[in-house]
Amino acid sequence: MSPTDTLTQPALWPLTAIVFLPALVAAFLSLPIVPKAREEFIRWTTLLTTAVVFVLSLWMAVPALFGPTGPAQFRLGDPSMQAVVKLPWIESFGIEYLLGVDGISLPLVVLTTFLSMLAAAASWPISKHVKAYSVLFLLLVTGMLGVFVSLDFFLFYVFWEVMLLPMYFLIGIWGGPRREYAAIKFFLYTLLGSVLMLLAILMLYFTSDLRLLSDEQLVASHVVSPSLDGAARTTALEAVRSAGRPLHTFNILALAQIGQLPNSPFAAAQVWGMSLETWAFLLLLIGFVIKVPVVPVHTWLPDAHVEAPTPISMILAGVLLKLGGYGILRICYPICPGAGLSLAWLVCGLGVVSMVYGAFAALAQKDFKRMVAYSSVSHMGYVMLGLGVWSAVAGQEYRWDAWAQGVNGAMFQMLAHGISSAGMFFMVGVLYDRVHHRNLEEFGGIFGKMPVYSGLAIAVFFAGLGLPGLCGFIGEVLVTLSSWNYSRVLAAISAFTVILTAAYILWAIQRVYLGAEYKGPHGDHLTPITPRELAIATPLVFFAILFGVAPQILFNYVTPTVNRQVETLADWTRRVHDAPAAPAVAAVQQDMAGQTAR
Amino acid sequence: MNQTMNLGSLITGSLNDTLAVSLPLFRTELCLAATIVLVLLCRMLPLLRRLDAGLVALGGVCFALWFAWNDMRGIPVGGLQDGSAGGAAIVRQELFGGLLVFDSLTAYIRLLLMGFLAVYIPFTKASGIPDHEDGADFYTLVLGATLGMCLMASANHLLMVFMAVEMASVPSYALAGLLKGRKASSEAALKYAVYGAGAAGIMLYGISLLAGLLGTCHLPSMAAELSRVVDAGSASGNVMVLALGGLMVAVGLAFKLSAVPFHFWCPDVFEGAAAEIGGFLSVASKAAAVALLLRICFGLGVPTTGHGAVAAIGANLAELGSTRHFIVAVVGLMAAVTCTLGNLAAYGQTNMKRLLAYSTIAHAGYLMMAVAAAVAMVGIDPAGSRDAVSAVAFYLGTYLFMNLGAFAIVALLRNRLRSEEIDSYAGLVRSSPGIVIATGVVLVSLIGLPPLAGFVAKFLVFSSLVQAITAGAERPLMLVLLVVGGFNTVISLFYYLRVLKVMTFDPPPADRPGGEFSLVSLPGAIVTALVVPVVVLGIFWSGLYACAQLAGAFAS
Repeated sequence: MSPTDTLTQPALWPLTAIVFLPALVAAFLSLPIVPKAREEFIRWTTLLTTAVVFVLSLWMAVPALFGPTGPAQFRLGDPSMQAVVKLPWIESFGIEYLLGVDGISLPLVVLTTFLSMLAAAASWPISKHVKAYSVLFLLLVTGMLGVFVSLDFFLFYVFWEVMLLPMYFLIGIWGGPRREYAAIKFFLYTLLGSVLMLLAILMLYFTSDLRLLSDEQLVASHVVSPSLDGAARTTALEAVRSAGRPLHTFNILALAQIGQLPNSPFAAAQVWGMSLETWAFLLLLIGFVIKVPVVPVHTWLPDAHVEAPTPISMILAGVLLKLGGYGILRICYPICPGAGLSLAWLVCGLGVVSMVYGAFAALAQKDFKRMVAYSSVSHMGYVMLGLGVWSAVAGQEYRWDAWAQGVNGAMFQMLAHGISSAGMFFMVGVLYDRVHHRNLEEFGGIFGKMPVYSGLAIAVFFAGLGLPGLCGFIGEVLVTLSSWNYSRVLAAISAFTVILTAAYILWAIQRVYLGAEYKGPHGDHLTPITPRELAIATPLVFFAILFGVAPQILFNYVTPTVNRQVETLADWTRRVHDAPAAPAVAAVQQDMAGQTAR
Repeated sequence: MNQTMNLGSLITGSLNDTLAVSLPLFRTELCLAATIVLVLLCRMLPLLRRLDAGLVALGGVCFALWFAWNDMRGIPVGGLQDGSAGGAAIVRQELFGGLLVFDSLTAYIRLLLMGFLAVYIPFTKASGIPDHEDGADFYTLVLGATLGMCLMASANHLLMVFMAVEMASVPSYALAGLLKGRKASSEAALKYAVYGAGAAGIMLYGISLLAGLLGTCHLPSMAAELSRVVDAGSASGNVMVLALGGLMVAVGLAFKLSAVPFHFWCPDVFEGAAAEIGGFLSVASKAAAVALLLRICFGLGVPTTGHGAVAAIGANLAELGSTRHFIVAVVGLMAAVTCTLGNLAAYGQTNMKRLLAYSTIAHAGYLMMAVAAAVAMVGIDPAGSRDAVSAVAFYLGTYLFMNLGAFAIVALLRNRLRSEEIDSYAGLVRSSPGIVIATGVVLVSLIGLPPLAGFVAKFLVFSSLVQAITAGAERPLMLVLLVVGGFNTVISLFYYLRVLKVMTFDPPPADRPGGEFSLVSLPGAIVTALVVPVVVLGIFWSGLYACAQLAGAFAS
C-alpha cells in the first residue's frame, strides 16, 4: 500500500478525530495564549469539544440520523471489524496505528462520548484551576476513546496508560478531603495491573508468528488490508510467507486468530510448568479485573469514587470500569481460549463474589456516594459472570446460544450500568453541591424541597436496582438465566443478589428522598434543580427508560459481533479441546450446532 | 609474531596503520583534545582571556559532533533488518594496533556523548555554574572526562580500559569539588576520589590476574585464550582465579555504573556537587560505563577476529558458553539488586538531587538487565542479542534527555528558589506551571509511562528479556529479571509522583523567594529543548531506534 493510499482510508479522519480531537483541544487550552481567568470560555470550549466528538461518534454509529454519507459509517448487522484504519507506525516492531470498531466497541465508544459530554456539562461547579482541569479532562477522554478503538496491542497499552495520569491529578487536585490517598491508591493499583499486562503483551508478541495463519485469516485480521486486491494482495501475502524469521505481531485480531489455531504456539510454550496461554490469560485478567473492579482488588474504587469530584465519578463509574470488561471480552478470551476455558470457574467465581460482597458492603454504608460506589462493584460482578459463563458450559452440553446470552447480557449490563451509575453519581453530586455532606443518616424529605430532582433521581436509582422496564433489568436477567446452565448455585446466588440490591437502593431512597422534612445541615440551600442540571439528568433518565423498554436498540449493535465471537470460540472448543478425547461425539455435536446456527 | 618481519617493515606497517586507518577514525577524539588545548590557551594568553571558555568549548564540540555524525552515517545499514544476512556489512576496525576498536557501538556512543556536550554546555551557560572565572577549568575537565568516556566506549584492550576509566574519573573527582567554598562539595569530591581510587585498584588487580593467566590484555585474544583454558577442564584452579579476576574487573565497572553494592558514592556525590555535575555524571558517565560493560562482556564472551587473534569463530562461540554463563549471572544478579535497592532507597529521600541519584542507580539496573539478556542470547538467538543491545543503546539515547532534563530543572529551580529540597517545590504549579509540566514529563518518563520516551526504553528492555525467555536463554534468571523489573516499575511510581504531588497538590510557602519561572527565557528554552524530545521520542521513535539498531549490530 503506497503512502498516498493510506491517507485516503475512509475511516481515517473520522476515527482519528474522535480520538485525538480532545487531545488537540487540550493542547490548545494549555497554551499560554488562553488566559486562566477566562473560565467561561474554557468551560464552553471543553463542552463543545466533547459535544462535537459525541456527534461524530453518532454519525458513525447511527447513519440513519445523518443519511448515509460515507463508507466510514457503521453497517448494522455486520459482525466484522468496520471502519478500519491502518497506518504503519514503528515498522521494526510491526506496530501499527490500527483502529476499528465493531458491535462490541462502537456502543462503548458512543457511551464514552455521551458521558464525556454530560460530565463536561457537570463540571460547571468546579471553580478551582479551571484551565488545568479542562486540559486533564480532555486528555482523559482521548485515552478512554483510544482504548476502545485501538486494535494494535501496543497502541492499546499506550492509551490504557495515558488515562492514568490525568485521572490521578483529577482526583488528587479536585477531590475531597482524602484525595491524595485516593489518587495514589488508584494509580498504584492500576499501574500494577498494567505492568502485568505489559508482560503478557510481550510474551504473546514474541511467541506469535503471522506465518502460521492462512491467507484468509491474514486478510480477516487486517494484517493484509482487505482493500488490497489482485497483485497487491498477492505481494503482501507473499511478503508474510517469505519472511525468514518468525513474524511477530501486536495486531489483536491476528493474535486472536493465532490463539485459536489448533497448534497455537501460546498453548504449546511452557513457562514454570504452565502454558504461556494460561500465564498470559492470568496476567491480562489481573490487569483488567483491577479496572472492573472485582473483589479483592476493588478497594481503590470506593476511595477514588468518594474523593473524586462529581463529573470524574461519572466518568470513572460510567466508562473506566467498562474498560476492564471490554478488555476481557476483546482480548483475554479470543487470544487465550484454552486458558479461558479451564479458568472459567475463576472468572465466574470472582463475578459472584463481587456481586454479593458489593451488595452487602453497599448495605452497610453511611456515605451516600460510597454506597453508590459499592453498588458498582456489585453490578460489575454481573458483567464478570456473564463473560465467564461463556466458556464455562463446555464439557457438558454445547449450547452456544446460552453462552451468547451471557455475553450479550454482560455487554448490555456494561452499557446500562454506564448510564445508571453515571446518573446515580450525578444525582448524589447535585445534593452534595447544595448541602455539602453525603451522610445518609442526615438526609430525608428531599422530595418536598426538590420534587423534580427527586423524581428523576428515583428513576435513575430504580434503573440501578434493575426494575423491569428500566435498563438495569435486561442485563441482570440475561446473565442470571445463562449462568443457570453453568452452575445452578451461582445462578441462584446471582438471583438472590437482586433482593440485596433492591434492599440497599430502596433503603437509600427512603432515607434520602422520603421522610417528613430535611433536618441536616444547610437545609436552606436546598434549591430546586437548575436548568443545567436538568439538561444533564434528563438524557440519562431518558436512555435508562428507553433501553429498558426497547433493549433491541442496543442488541442490534451488540448481538451480531458477540454471537459470531461466541460461535467461533464454541467451534474452537469442540475442535481443539474435546476433539482428541471424543472425536465422533464432537463431530456429531458440531453438525447439530451447525444446524441450530442455521 | 612474525619473525621474518624486520624492524623496518614493522615500523612502516605500524605507521601506516596509525596514519591511514586509525587517525581518521579517531578524529572526534582528536578534535576534543584540540579543543581542550584551545580552552587552556585562552586562559593563558592575555589577548584571548576575554573570550568565553564555554563558547570555545562549544565550538570545538560542534566540530567533534560533526565528525561523530559523519562516522555514524558511514556505518552501512544493509543486512540488519531480517537477520538472515548475519550482519555481513558490519564494520569492525581495530585502531592503534588493537588498543581501540571502531564499530557501530563506538560511533553511536561517541555521537551520543558529543550530542550530550552540545546540549550540556549551553545548559551550564544558562544555569550560571561555572562562573566566568571557573569556566576554563570547568570545560577543560568536562571535555577531558568526555574524552576518557569516548575511549571507554571504544576500548579493546584491558590496559586501555583502565586508562579510559581513570581518564574519565579523575576529572570527575575535580568536578565534584567545583563549588570550592562549600563543605558538602569538598566532602563529595573526597569521597568520590577515595572510593574511585579503591575501585580502580581492585580493577587493576583483576586485570593483572586475567592478563597473567591468559597472557594477553587484548580482548579478542583473551576470548580465544579463555575458550582454550576454560574448556580444557584441566586447570580448575585457574578457573577460580579467572572468575576472581573477572569479579574484580566487575568491581571497577560497577563503580562507574553505580551498581549495588558499589553505589555508595553516588547519592553523596550527587547531593554535594552542583546539579550540573550530577547531570554530567548520571548521563555521560553512565552511557560510557554501559558501553564499556558491553565491550567487556562481549569482548570476553564472544570471539571476534582481531589483531593477532584470528579465531575460528564457530567453534569458540560454543566453547565460551560457560564464560557467558558466568557473565550473565554476575551482570543479571547485580542488575536485579541494583534496580530494587535504588528504587527502595529513593523512597525516603527529601533532597531532589539525592532522589535523582537513587533513580540513576535504579536505571543502571534496568540497563544492566538488557545487557545480561544481550549476552545470554549470544549463540542462541543472534537477532535477539542484537535487539537487546539496540534496547540498551535506545535507553541511553532517551536517558540523555530525561535525566539531563531532570537535573537541568533542579539546577534552574535552585537558581530561583535557593533550595534543592523537595519540600521547597511546594505549590510551584501556582506560579510557574510551565516548569511543573516539564518536570512532570521528565519524571513520568522516568517512571516509564507512555506516551513518553522512557516507556519505549523500558518496553525495549522488557522485550529483550522476554525475547531471551522465549529463546530459552538463561531462562530462570531472565524470568526473575523480568519480574523484578516489572515490580520495580510499580514501586518507582511512589517517589517520582511524590515530587509531582508536592509541586501541584501542596500549598506554596508564604515566603517563597524569586518570581515566576517562565519557559520563555534562556533557561526555559533549555528545559524545553530537553523535554520536547522526551515526548517526541515517545511517539515517533523509529528514527532513534534505527540508529540504536545500527549500534546493536556490533553484537553479531
